[in-house]
Amino acid sequence: MNRHKGLSRFYTIVVMAFLYLPIIVLIVFSFNKNKSRGAWTGFTLDWYRKLLTNDMILSAFMNTLIVALVSSIFATVIGTAAAIGINGMNRWMKKALRTMTYIPIMSPEIIMGVSLMLLFVFLRTQLHLPLEMGLLTLILSHITFNIPYVIFNVLPKLRQMDKYAYDAALDLGCNPWQAFYKVVIPEIMPGITAGFLMAVTYSLDDFVISYFTAGPTSQTLPLAIWGQLRRRVSPEMNALSAIVFVVVLVLLLISNFSAIHRENRDKKAVGR
Amino acid sequence: MKTKFAAVPYLIWMVVFTIVPLLLIIFFAFTTSEGGFTIANISAVGRYTDVIMKSIWLAAVATAICLLIAYPFAYILSRSPARQQQLSVMLIMLPMWMSFLLRTFAWMTLLEKTGLINRILGLFHIGPFEMINTPGAVVLGMVYNYVPFMILPLHSVMLKIDNSIIEAAQDLGASPLRVFFRVVLPLSFPGVSSGITMVFVPAVSTFIISRMLGGGSNLMIGDLIDMQFLGNAYNPHLGSAISLVLMVIILLCMSIMNQFDDDVDMEGAIL
Repeated sequence: MNRHKGLSRFYTIVVMAFLYLPIIVLIVFSFNKNKSRGAWTGFTLDWYRKLLTNDMILSAFMNTLIVALVSSIFATVIGTAAAIGINGMNRWMKKALRTMTYIPIMSPEIIMGVSLMLLFVFLRTQLHLPLEMGLLTLILSHITFNIPYVIFNVLPKLRQMDKYAYDAALDLGCNPWQAFYKVVIPEIMPGITAGFLMAVTYSLDDFVISYFTAGPTSQTLPLAIWGQLRRRVSPEMNALSAIVFVVVLVLLLISNFSAIHRENRDKKAVGR
Repeated sequence: MKTKFAAVPYLIWMVVFTIVPLLLIIFFAFTTSEGGFTIANISAVGRYTDVIMKSIWLAAVATAICLLIAYPFAYILSRSPARQQQLSVMLIMLPMWMSFLLRTFAWMTLLEKTGLINRILGLFHIGPFEMINTPGAVVLGMVYNYVPFMILPLHSVMLKIDNSIIEAAQDLGASPLRVFFRVVLPLSFPGVSSGITMVFVPAVSTFIISRMLGGGSNLMIGDLIDMQFLGNAYNPHLGSAISLVLMVIILLCMSIMNQFDDDVDMEGAIL
């Protein structure tokens, strides 16, 4: 039995090493003096300094934030309303809408990107709508692929909610609107927040759909990275990825430890 | 209360930005640039049969390797203490939070002719090996990027396998192999099939991995589509026809996978 345990541990470590090896290499080489990616010639922080003065990357970063926040806010509003609507439907309609909601999640990104590009070109050339490829088309596309994540985060919360809580609020003298934002919204808030955060992360990281819908003038960070990669080298990219990785790591550690902390506190409370 | 009308904005949005665009692909695939009906685009896709077959092959190999790596890993994980599982799941998801492009870029650094692996091997006077710009490198990139999509659904299904069921099988005299094939494998099948879909779909439609790690010689369906829409060979009609073929391939894959389990809860697999 002990031998099995050792083997299991060894296997887990090997897989983890496979997942982390490239990331460690990137981070280590972000401190490398030499521009070439193979040889280590000494420690430097130059690439971080250059990154912070690189206007192209900084403006792309701003665009990414704008697109992520605006699209996630719209997606959260539309998606939450949709989840409430779907929850109030009969079985048949519920099933049809859920199936439809899977389309953007399950279809390959390249198909979504290409089809949205066709749509924007069609709307501009055939219906003469002022839809130049740019931030607007990016935001519209990101809303489209973000809505399903909001819906699938809010729906379970609605299902868990006490059906009669809303009616009780009405009986106790709330008007429908009050009952909605005093009873329903607080109940499903964890789902809304989770959906919003998921939408932000998917939007920040999206490359393929942005690639087909951005046009030449408005770049997001992943698009800027792609542009740099095609011209090869650029250790600034290493520096950028190191920063992203460390930020995400810290955020996850904080959320994980606060969860553990809360758990311990709850356990103590129960013990008492 | 007619709460169902709250879904109306969403319905309109979905029709305009998902259904109509997909119909536009079909429309473009069957028309000429003058607007007349034609099947020339679809038949022109036949020229790329080798690229299409190669894409399916590479994605299938990558999916199989992902399954081989992920299955034991997810099983070991699901039998370990809860705290450790939480941490491991976090560690598996962490790389996914880093740009997909940068992670693939990291493999370029490693696999290049003057890259890290060849330099280290060079210290022992081995190599250099031709690793980048090969089909193997493309498969490696797919496995690396998509193996978490296999591990996570497998883990969430295996988590639900009660240890007492396995113990019961053992008590009733089943050998370890028999326990695996008669108890663990059948119970984990929903995870296997959703894992296969979640790896195969992005793998078969990628154009980034093949571009970055496959050089110019390992074209995939995604590269063809990209070339027709944003590349030199601008022809959205042919591009739409190729996209349509890709959609059919993926729908086939998904319907085959659905044969094996008729009621997977996709919500759990995705979130």
